[in-house]
Formats: sequence, C-alpha cells, structure tokens
Amino acid sequence: MTEPALEIADLRVAFPGGLEAVRGVSLSVARGEVLAVVGESGSGKSLTMLGAMGLAPRGALVSGSVRLKGEELIGARQARLRALRGDRIAMIFQDPLSALNPVLPIGEQIAEAIRLHRPRMGRKEIGERVLDLLALVSVPDPKRRAAQHPHEFSGGMRQRAMIAMAIANDPDILIADEPTTALDVTVQAQVMEVLARLRERLGLGLVLVTHDLGVVAGVADRVAVMYAGKVAEEAAVDPLFADPRHPYSRGLLGSVPRIAGGATRLTAIPGAPPRLGAREPGCAFAPRCVLAHAACAEEPPLRPAGSGAAACWAADEPAPEPEAEAHGETRHAVTGAPLISVRDLVKEYPLGKSLLPWRAAERLRAVAGVSFELAAGETLGLVGESGCGKSTLGRSVLGLIRPTSGSVTFRGREIAGLPAAEMRPLRRHLQMVFQDPFGSLHPRMRVGEIVAEPLRLLGEVGPKAAAKAEACLERVGLEAGFARRWPHELSGGQRQRVGIARALALEPEALVLDEPVSALDVSIQAGVLNLLADLQAELGLAYLFIAHDLAVVRHISHRVAVMYRGRIVELAPADALYSAPLHPYTERLLSAAPLPDPAAERARRRIAPREPESGGAASGGCPFRAACPRAAPECAEAPPLLARGEGRLVACWSPG
Amino acid sequence: MTRYIVRRLLAMPLLLLGVATAAFFLSHVTKADPLSAIVSERQMNNPEIVAAAKARWGLDRSVPEQYAIYIGNLLQGDLGTSFRTRMPVANDIMARLPATLELVLFAMVFGVFGGVALGIAAARWRDTMIDHAARLVALIGSSMPVFWTGLILLYVFSVALGWLPGPGRIDARAVPPAGATGFYTLDALLAGDIDAFLKALSHLVLPAFVLGWAVMGVISRLVRGSMLDVLEQDYIRTARAKGAGERRVLVVHALRNAMIPTLTIIGHSFAYLITGAVLTETIFAWPGVGSYAVDSARTLDHPAIIGVTLVGAAAFLLSNLATDVAYAVFNPRIGFGGADG
Repeated sequence: MTEPALEIADLRVAFPGGLEAVRGVSLSVARGEVLAVVGESGSGKSLTMLGAMGLAPRGALVSGSVRLKGEELIGARQARLRALRGDRIAMIFQDPLSALNPVLPIGEQIAEAIRLHRPRMGRKEIGERVLDLLALVSVPDPKRRAAQHPHEFSGGMRQRAMIAMAIANDPDILIADEPTTALDVTVQAQVMEVLARLRERLGLGLVLVTHDLGVVAGVADRVAVMYAGKVAEEAAVDPLFADPRHPYSRGLLGSVPRIAGGATRLTAIPGAPPRLGAREPGCAFAPRCVLAHAACAEEPPLRPAGSGAAACWAADEPAPEPEAEAHGETRHAVTGAPLISVRDLVKEYPLGKSLLPWRAAERLRAVAGVSFELAAGETLGLVGESGCGKSTLGRSVLGLIRPTSGSVTFRGREIAGLPAAEMRPLRRHLQMVFQDPFGSLHPRMRVGEIVAEPLRLLGEVGPKAAAKAEACLERVGLEAGFARRWPHELSGGQRQRVGIARALALEPEALVLDEPVSALDVSIQAGVLNLLADLQAELGLAYLFIAHDLAVVRHISHRVAVMYRGRIVELAPADALYSAPLHPYTERLLSAAPLPDPAAERARRRIAPREPESGGAASGGCPFRAACPRAAPECAEAPPLLARGEGRLVACWSPG
Repeated sequence: MTRYIVRRLLAMPLLLLGVATAAFFLSHVTKADPLSAIVSERQMNNPEIVAAAKARWGLDRSVPEQYAIYIGNLLQGDLGTSFRTRMPVANDIMARLPATLELVLFAMVFGVFGGVALGIAAARWRDTMIDHAARLVALIGSSMPVFWTGLILLYVFSVALGWLPGPGRIDARAVPPAGATGFYTLDALLAGDIDAFLKALSHLVLPAFVLGWAVMGVISRLVRGSMLDVLEQDYIRTARAKGAGERRVLVVHALRNAMIPTLTIIGHSFAYLITGAVLTETIFAWPGVGSYAVDSARTLDHPAIIGVTLVGAAAFLLSNLATDVAYAVFNPRIGFGGADG
C-alpha cells in the first residue's frame, strides 16, 4: 500500500462542558484512493473532517494527530494551515448554494482559490486556469458561466463549481462532505461521476463523507462506518457490504430500502443515536443493539474482524437471522371505487407582474394537467425531482393551495375550489404530514396539545381530547409520557411520529405525505416507513406518498406516478414500473439512483443525460423532448397519458 | 436598470402631489388663524387692514379655491410666498438647503464609515472589551439627545479647550465663500481657498459629529449583527477552506453580504437627517432647512411649512430610490423588472 497522504490518528473534538463529539478517530487515505466515511447525523463524521482541516466551529477543542504527507497539522501555526488549506488539502460542502458566496461571480471565487496560493501567477493565466477547471468539471460554456453568480447556477452546476474551486491547486486530498445530499438523483449521479473521474485523472485522495451507503458503493475503495464519534467498523468496500461485522453496519444496510427488492420489511434499528453528553458508559451502540450482552458495558476497541476492523465484542459472531415478518398483505392489489379522484389539475403561478394591465403576466405551470385516482387503503407514490410540481400537486389535492383549474373529488364530491367554510368539515378526512419535522411542530406547544389541536375541529377539547391524543401517540409508538414533552426535546424521528399522530387524530381516510422521511437518518427512516405500513394495514388509510427517493417510494407504494415538469409521465404498479420502465425519463431516473451494492453499482451503466441544464421548458410538445434519447419529430406534440397494458399509463409516443 | 430608475423618477411628481395635498389640508385643520402671523395684534382691530391682508394672501377665498390656486402654482414650481419672510418659499428653501445638505452629508460620512468600522470590529472581536466599548459608544450615540451631547461637546471643544469655533456655519463677520454649490467646504476648495476650507470644516466638525453619532450607533449595531450572521454562513467556511486569511474573510467575503441589510437603514437615515437635523441646527445656529422649519411652524407660516414638507418628502423618495439601486449593486440576486432586467 502506498504511503498515506492524510493520516488521522486518535482525533478528538470536544466542546466546552466536556462534550466530546469526536472520540478518538483514526483514518488514513492515500493518493488515488477513495475513503468513504459513513454515518448518521451526529456521528461526528463531518466534524472529524472539519477538525482535521482546522475548520472546527468556534470553541471546539481539537486534539490528536493529523498528518498531511507527514506534516503535523494539529498545533501548526495558522499561517501554515492557511497555506496548506485550499492548496494541498481541499474541501467541498453539502449545500453548494450556501457554500458559495452569493455576491461574487463564480469565476472570481475560483480565481481567488488560485490567487491565494499562487500570488505570482498572472491575471490572464489565472483566468485561463479558471476556464480549464470549469471545463474539467464539465460545466458547459465556461466563459459565460465564469461571469455568472451562484444564483444563476443550478444545484448540480454549483457543486461542480465548488469542486473546480477545491481542485484549483491540484490538492493531494479532497474532502467531500455530503457532496450530493442536496441534489436530485440524476444530478447526484453526474457529480459523483465527476468526482470519480477526477480521482483517476488527478490521482487525488478522496474522502467522501456521507450518510448514504448507496452513493459510496460504486466509488469507494474503503469504508469507515462512524457511530457516536467513533469508527465502528472499517473495511474494504466489498466485504463491508457483503459481510458487515458491526451490528450497526448491519442495521444501516438493512434499513436501506432497495430499488430492486420487493416489499420486504425494513430492519429498523430501534431507538435513536445517543445525544451529545447523554451517553452511557460502555459501547455507545449497546442500547440499540440486538447482540448486546454483559461485555458491552465496556467500550470495545477497534480490532481486526474479517478483512477489516470493527469496534464490537461480537464482531466475529455470525449475524442473527433477521426476523422474518410477513408484510405482503399490506401490498395487496387495491380495487374499488376511488376515494380521491383528480382530473386535469392545473396550478399556475404568475411570474412577476405585467406592466400593461391588459396583458396578463407570464405564468409558470407548476402542475400542468394531472389526473389520477387514489383508492381506499392504497398508496400512490409520487416521485420526481425538485421543482417537478409534486409538492404543489399534493397541496392542491388537499385544497391547501387553490388549483387554477381542474377537479378533485373526494368520495364523489367536488372539493377543488370549495369555499373554506365548506371545506373545513371535510378536512378531517384528508390530512397531511409535512417534510420538515422541526418546522412543522409549534415550538411553544406540548406534544399532547399539538396532537389534540385538530380535535377542536370536532369541538373536542379537554380531557377527552387529551386522552384521544395519547391514544394517537401510542399508535405511532410513542408512550403516553410524550404528551407532556416539548417538541425540542424529541429526536427527528420522534417528531415525525408526532406529525403523523396529529394527522391521525381526526381519523382521516387519506393522508398526503410530503417527503415524510427525507429529513430522517436511514435507520430512523426505516422505523417510520414500517409504522406507515402498519397504520395502513390497521386503519385502511389511503396514502399519497410524495418523495424524491425512488427506493423509498417503491418500498411503500402500490402504484407509482413519475412526475416531470408538472406532468405525470408514467403511472404504473410499483413492481412493473421499477422492473420495466416505459417512459425514457423513468428509465433515466432509475439508472441514476444509487444502489447499495458495490458490484452491481460498478457494473451498471448510467444513461447520460442530454439535457442542457439551463434549458427553459421547451414551449409546447413533450416536456422531456430536449433531454430525451428517443426524441422524434412527433414529440413536437405533447403525448397524452395513455394506457399501455395492465394498469399502466405512459405519456410517450414511443414508450419502452 | 435605467428604465427602472426612470420609471421611479416619473412616479415621484405624483407622490409629491399627494404629499402636498395632505399637507395643505392638514394645515387647514389647525384652528389657529394664520392671519395672526401676518397682521400684528394691534392692527387686528382694524377691519380694513385685515380685509386687505386677507385679499392680499388669498385667505378670503374658500379652502377648495385656495387649494386649486396652490396646486396650480405648485405645478409651475411656485411654492408660494412665506407669511413670515415675505419671500418666495422656494427661494428661502434653496438658500438654506445647501447648509443642511452639507451638514447631513458630513454626518452621514461619519455615521456610515464610523458605524461600519465599529460594527466590523465588534463582530471580529465579539464579547471582548472592543465589543463592549463599541456597544457603549453606540448606546450613547443613539440614546443621548443631540441637544445634550451637542451642548456638552460645544462646551468642551469650543469653550473649554478652544480647539473648535463656536456655533454657526462660519465665523461671525467673515464673508462666506462664494460659489455655485452653496457647500462652503466645496466652494472654498473650488476657489482654491484652503484657509476658508479649513474654517468651514472646523465649523462643520462638531454638528456633523453630533448628528452622525446617532446614525453611527444604529449602523454599528446593525453591521455587527449581520456580520455575526454572515460569519456563520457556509461560504465563510468555504473561504477559510480555500486558505483565505482572516482579514480577507472579513472584508471580501463577509462585509459585502453584511452590507445588504444595512443599506436600508443608511438610506432611511439620510432622509431622516434632512428633516431631523432640526435640533442640531438650532443648537449650532446652523442656517439650514431644519431651523427654517421650526421658525415657520412657530409663526404658522403655512406656505413655508408645506414647502419644507415637500422637500422632506422628496428627500425620502430620492433616498429610497438610491437605496434600491444600491441594493441591486450590492446584491446580484436582485434584478429589476423590465426588458433590460
């Protein structure tokens, strides 16, 4: 093995008050190698890397050793660190919008990275280098793009610009902190491809910090799984996925929904990661571990296990058989009269104001004529990338947004455009669960009050409502004691359960779930998905499940609708859609979704997008035309959503 | 952007007309009779003189008639004649506006530069003695009334130490520098008269400092707050990850972003000072619009009051426009509607 370019040994990051967030992490990366650091939020994975670069937040105490090509960084002078940062070791961050300075042109920001370390380089030379870098990360038309500001870039383009900035001085080590988490799947695939290509071309050592095992499977050479501020397991990528030794790694892998798999029940890890400062002595994972035994009262060191190393006393024991639980019956084909029926739903937003009163302002069609039906007890998954109109559609169905035109019927009754007073009694049947478990709960209300609040609609207040609220909380797996607690005392998963309990309080018939698990860690997400499946089986709820994650949608849905630019381009039973997509956009989405399986991930070929990223919607015709590999002259006319065999609808002139 | 500015400028006369209308009718709501300002108390008993004065000033007509005449004159640029000075209000104001503008501009320079520097320092060294000192300076500036700080400073620097001249725009008996702008400092410079320039400047320092102090207080707190916000942003971390030094992080990456929310306050402060310099002008015997407004109000000089109101409103509209334009310059995310975006 080549000499490591970056060697972290026993790194600790502590905050005042003795809160140790990183508790002795040792990692190393060589040039040309990709190390993935995987863990859930709060595992200390990002902080480890920030600490190594000397960028830990104010007040953090960093100790241990970080060697960059043999040179110790911990305790080095600020001036020396500055000289190394951005030159020999560079970093890119999760959210490329907030990580770029909004008031400076992209080219200027990249040029700055060069100028800081090459003060003698000429203006012209720097300018050329900037254009080369932008071309290297596949930003089309670098000259024009360099003069633009971050807000004129799309998410994927911004991340490329970030990468260009980071590799400007040809560093030995590039640390990518959740580089694709904020991006859509197709864009994520492109950015990952850029990173993989750079590793080969520039031979830099890449540290990929992520929570998503799927993303790393295809690129990483080695994987380190972190839990509660420590490395729980480290191994080469293939053995780690095939034969994980630490129960946490196993749990993490088991809780990822599979795009290929059917509706097997996810193995959620019970409980939640320990909070900073609230950790018991002994193995940090023991409280959530199925294998925990007496020895776990002592914290296990990282020791060889299999071909790698794991910090578990039971690392050499065989993995326990996952509980075989029948889950199939909740996914039975649903028939019967539709509960909700949507016809030609359109939602337009005016784009600015028109100067002339007689000329209407240009309008954006967020939802451009969507029709579908939702039966009782059925889950209809709605997938699409950001901006495709899926959330607007969900809210329009509930009347939270007034649709521009079209019809929504609930049990045969028209509810689109119903006056608020008439809509209110119907609301009890149609509830919503929101994406953000932090923003959607009132911070000054106790959990019990939050859940009981909708009951006022029925005139139920006082002890009776409180009792009902507790019953709802119990139903979502939170003991009655939670009713007295405040939202800020709960973890993300618990909050989302409160959100679901609130939606259940009125005993609705249908729920619109708008990205209900996307803010949650995988192990927590699995628990919530299982809960939703159980609730549906018990209560016969209908779900409109909106998400961007294809695997999650497949896992929970009976039928899946794929949205693109305000339209449904394909709607089919989940299994059929995933095994044989008919619409070219569906194909592209599926080919971009990462698989948590190294061999499969390396073997697959992605459909390269033909899309000009900045392209405005082609006026008229098929919305996917400009990006479609099968585009033909007839696509100048927009294809209608037509039946193509067993319950499938496709909007394409030449499907599959 | 040019189109946007032209559109805003075209809308201004309409807005000012509205302001004039409101001011006109408000001044007629007061019970006090403006005649008492025109005709002396003794002559009030003489009906002939009263009738003649009424006819002379148009006070014998109905209010709507008076309004029509006033607006008609206004459209021709005639702000009427002052009851008190018997001079056209427009002339009165034009004679005094440069004094106020000069004072306010100097105060703004002091307030903005001092405030921004203080704010940056307070954010950079937050929770240290520097931060606390900056807070104290800001607190004094924005909470002590100017008539108090003004008098204290006059006493200390002019009376006790004798470093600076007393009140007034220029030494008593001195001839004001002649020039087109009416700004004594600028006129003196243009005339190449360094001595007169320094004289004018020495008169300007204290009132400008007193007036600017309040603005400095507000701006420094605002800059500190938004700098602290901005310094937490991801792009600051990016800048550090690039290897940028602390000064570069503060000045290049943080300040420009932190200035965006501050611009609004700067714009408002400017308009506020134009009309709010009254107390400072009074204390420093500054012959500006503020003291003119006070005198006019005291004598129920309606044409003058409305005239000053219009000038203040115009100052507000212009500084708002300037603020919006500055916004677009500082913030590339803001574009203006219209074809040239």
